[in-house]
Amino acid sequence: MYHYNDFDHQFVRDRAQQFKKQVDRRLSGDLTEDQFKPLRLMNGVYLQLHAYMLRVNIPYGALSSTQLRKLAHIARTYDRGYGHFTTRQNIQFNWPNLKDIPAIINELADVEMHAIQSSGNCIRNVTADHFSGVAADEVADPRVYAEIVRRWSTLHPEFTYLPRKFKIALSGSSVDRAAVYFHDIGLILQKNDKDEIGFKVLVGGGQGRTPMKARLVKDFLAAPDLLSYLEAVLRVYNLIGRRDNKYKARIKILVHETGLDDLKSLIDQEWQYTKISVGDVSGEDIADIQSRFKLPDYEIVESHQLQVTDPDFARWLKSNTHDHKQDGYVIATLSLKPTGGIPGDLSADQMDKVADLADQFSLSEMAVSHEQNIVFPHVKKSALFELWTALTAIDLATANIGRVGDIIACPGMDYCALATTRSIPVARRISESFADLDQQHDIGQIRVKISGCINACGHHHVGDIGLLGVDRRGEEYYQISLGGRIGENSAIGTIVGPAFSTDEIVDAVEAIIETYIDLRLDEEIFAVTLDRIGYTPFKIRLYPENFHDAA
Amino acid sequence: MTLLENGEIIADDWVFVASTERLPNGGHVVIDVERWQFNRANVLALNGPLGIQINNDFDVGLLADDLHRFDLVALNFPAYTDGRAYSQARQLRSRYGFKGKIRARGDVLRDQLPLMVRSGFDSFEASKNMTPSVFKQATTDMSGTYQV
Repeated sequence: MYHYNDFDHQFVRDRAQQFKKQVDRRLSGDLTEDQFKPLRLMNGVYLQLHAYMLRVNIPYGALSSTQLRKLAHIARTYDRGYGHFTTRQNIQFNWPNLKDIPAIINELADVEMHAIQSSGNCIRNVTADHFSGVAADEVADPRVYAEIVRRWSTLHPEFTYLPRKFKIALSGSSVDRAAVYFHDIGLILQKNDKDEIGFKVLVGGGQGRTPMKARLVKDFLAAPDLLSYLEAVLRVYNLIGRRDNKYKARIKILVHETGLDDLKSLIDQEWQYTKISVGDVSGEDIADIQSRFKLPDYEIVESHQLQVTDPDFARWLKSNTHDHKQDGYVIATLSLKPTGGIPGDLSADQMDKVADLADQFSLSEMAVSHEQNIVFPHVKKSALFELWTALTAIDLATANIGRVGDIIACPGMDYCALATTRSIPVARRISESFADLDQQHDIGQIRVKISGCINACGHHHVGDIGLLGVDRRGEEYYQISLGGRIGENSAIGTIVGPAFSTDEIVDAVEAIIETYIDLRLDEEIFAVTLDRIGYTPFKIRLYPENFHDAA
Repeated sequence: MTLLENGEIIADDWVFVASTERLPNGGHVVIDVERWQFNRANVLALNGPLGIQINNDFDVGLLADDLHRFDLVALNFPAYTDGRAYSQARQLRSRYGFKGKIRARGDVLRDQLPLMVRSGFDSFEASKNMTPSVFKQATTDMSGTYQV
């Protein structure tokens, strides 16, 4: 995986020192909270409901065992012994003291990590497919280009006070595991007929209160043009993006209000100049970064026929392992969604153990996914049983990846100052009601996503089943949408009817799944059944009172 | 207000004259966009050093043909959180080749100074308590940058 060069090291040290001075100025009263706010946000420090929260970047998801041990140490020393992995390849610490944060930032710098731009109206942590580098279906490793974007976007002088936050995601494969259609900019790697690498460029996707699928602005952007083009998009957005209403300030609204063709033409005009001022990404730079992502030396193994006798292991293999580029290896996903657990939470002790297992089974490398799980990218097939046994002992082997228990949920009102409902307890109750893993496997692939408010951090718009928490006179209700999905056929879920109370919501989710089970054909997954039968059968089941005449 | 250029506090030679006011005879005059828009010929015929002040929602490209006549462009930060003027400055420098001074006015605070310098500003109307040493510290916290 990527290792910092000397410049990167000096940069995070300088930044740590700069932030320490800013905190000192805040603590001495030299800066008001208002003046300090954008400075702390630029370094990932939020003021939450109960305390400051520190959000640390895990750029494009890549995490080493050394880094994870450091995160464990931070959780134990400065926090309450756990961390929370988010939907944006970040980890959040929920209880640090402001005065300790400069020390934490320094500890992070020790292991080539930082919190720069994990918040604020700037270009956020760049994200990528969590199978990057090893996926059997990828064109090329998107992390190389994600790193180029990370460097370019880090403390970019022009784009630090944008109209609103700005998120860029990359996918190395046409199979979208990074939700690229729901980012301000999505980049999909592809090769042209000369075998050169470039990108399909999407602009203006996002969730939140106005969910929109990104629009195509370039069929093929050659790799050397990457930064000059991004600079042109960002400049146009910075200059004419709306600033009068923060709910209409994302680039998706600009695309919508300006019109795609007009906006493309403004971008292209600016691009003629940024091509000169920014210049090409040089072949040497690409080669240098590529060399820093060198894949490990895999053992050449005879094709390994797994002897599987244990049914629990067999089930885990089916849902939690994925095809690898290299013969004899697989990608394995550790589920951070134990039955009844908090999605994405990991204790410091678990972190240490996972780091040890990564050393033993995955050449010390991991990736964190936007689905709030941890991926071991380099596992020898022959070691899978041993890995599964070790993961089972620390409750990270739940065989539910891509199944109903693999719920994405935002932190909700248990932590977040914006939330209006408690999404975590709902996730836990749904998970408990589907505790039977055989049943989960019988139900098959389905994504349940829960947001505690309209900001949609829990990605409810793109869940097969999406739940949006809404507050009604102090009571928590959940609105259900069906049919959301990421990928080429990205779609925003459709709300099926009136919201259910928090007491009713688990039954409602069960009713949706029962309806699907009753009506599916053969091996049909939920999304396919829904496409075939439409929403009505689900509505009849959820709201029978509206349909008694039709029966 | 403290005016800084080249890291030093300097006296302000420039006089900002609103379009509703009479132009003085000679001196360093900064006009506003309205005067340029409605009296362009007269403005361009003026002798002596000339500057123009523009708001941050103004398309600097509209000035392109006349930029050579201006020695100073003053850009505005109505609030430090409103970053449009960074892009205006970059456009002036990289797209329109403006070589004169670009001055930052408005909410010009210590922590944004390095961004302004790197976006092409070289004249700063900072708050009263700004000193050359604070300016120097603020603009040298980071020993290197990722962008060209």
